[in-house]
Amino acid sequence: MIRVVLPQHLRTLARVSGEVTIEVNGQATQRSVLDALENAYPMLRGTIRDHVTQERRAFLRFFVCSEDWSHELPDAPLPKEISSGAEPFLVVGAIAGG
Amino acid sequence: MSKVRVLVGTRKGAFILSSDGKREKWDVSGPQFAGWEIYHLKGSPVNPDRLYASQTSGWFGQIIQRSDDGGKTWHQPGMPEGEAPAAGGGPPKGVSNKFVYDVSPETGKQLTTHQWYDGTQHPWEFKRVWHIEPSLTEPDAVYAGIEDAALFRSADGGQTWKELPGLRGNDTGPRWQPGAGGMCLHTIILDPSNPHRIYIAISAAGAFRTDDGGKSWKPINHGLKSQFLPDPTAEVGHCVHHVAMHNSRPNTLFMQKHWDVMRSDDAGDNWREISGDLPTDFGFVIDVHAHEPETVYVVPIKSDSEHFPLDGKLRVYRSRTGGNEWEPLTKGLPQSDCYVNVLRDAMAIDSLDSCGVYFGTTGGQVYASPDAGNNWAPIVRDLPAVLSVEVQTLP
Repeated sequence: MIRVVLPQHLRTLARVSGEVTIEVNGQATQRSVLDALENAYPMLRGTIRDHVTQERRAFLRFFVCSEDWSHELPDAPLPKEISSGAEPFLVVGAIAGG
Repeated sequence: MSKVRVLVGTRKGAFILSSDGKREKWDVSGPQFAGWEIYHLKGSPVNPDRLYASQTSGWFGQIIQRSDDGGKTWHQPGMPEGEAPAAGGGPPKGVSNKFVYDVSPETGKQLTTHQWYDGTQHPWEFKRVWHIEPSLTEPDAVYAGIEDAALFRSADGGQTWKELPGLRGNDTGPRWQPGAGGMCLHTIILDPSNPHRIYIAISAAGAFRTDDGGKSWKPINHGLKSQFLPDPTAEVGHCVHHVAMHNSRPNTLFMQKHWDVMRSDDAGDNWREISGDLPTDFGFVIDVHAHEPETVYVVPIKSDSEHFPLDGKLRVYRSRTGGNEWEPLTKGLPQSDCYVNVLRDAMAIDSLDSCGVYFGTTGGQVYASPDAGNNWAPIVRDLPAVLSVEVQTLP
């Protein structure tokens, strides 16, 4: 079980409150976490990553265990604290997020 | 008794203002999609309870919302409320916000570049939907005008979108350039007498027309003059702010250009200036009376560098002669210290017997006149900056 914290506007779109939990088959990476998130919540497609390029939208950042992973490779393994659910994967709007 | 429903898009959400035919007492609901920029909402003429909204954000991109109950509830098309989000099979989900330029060799056009502010070439990039125009005949068919300028169509109620690439590919694209608000396709007019004819307008490219349902397009800018162009009478490059048409005269178009109020009586093939005695002919909105096709409304703005009313007086100007002779309408509007703007899609006309006129301001006021502009009163005074106003006349 992987925990994901979304910005308020994306929680509203996904019709969830608080953090969401998802299951990832295989290695937990930024790509596999976001794939699983979008599979569970298709209404989020295109809001975190570009529909076509799958690149992170420019004004969003990804935080992992108090570190900025926004510029890490999307297939780099995430720390075990994320894959175990001990720490959440944070999707954060740059500065205040509008 | 008839009712009206005013659909207001603002910088921080959507609002719906409702009243009976007297248009004196108003119910205000919203904000919907709080915190998001709502560039435009519009209802289907075929099914007035079918509404579409463009919800957008610099952070999270584009969202399309749809209501099937007159704005009480909304959902992203393809994701009906209550549906299990992970359900497999069926039509594609989560792509109602997927606007991808058609570059396929079969149907599309190679993605070229357009002109940037400094005259250099710049790649085409999708940014947002500016205007949504539901079909006149099919509730599930709807057009979207986007930035960077292109026209898209959905045939499934907004679940999926396809570009009509003939517009972007008509060979003038490299000479299109962004206006101050971006290179946006902001006006879509469907000809009620000819299902194959559509007019669109782009800042800053100009007006275009198709007579074959969107396959091919031609610029219709003859007669426009723009001093910011090296050739002021160029075929394209003009900053058209808005175009309006009366349903009973689909060959007559009225245009508010960057500067100049213009008119065409031959479906846009030729334009002539009708600014006449306006105190300034810069502005954004233009609209036509519901029952008088020669009665036209504009809101003059001081200049391209001072986007507020002249002398701090908010005045709608009305021409009953199809242009050139204009009268200021001021009763109920602030006549001192008013420095708001009225953006291009922020005026609308209802079709009640006593024609109602509505407009919204960047100061958050939405004004209504139940008598064709003679008297005005604010419906609301303190919304976020208003981006768009549409009105539905309901039985």
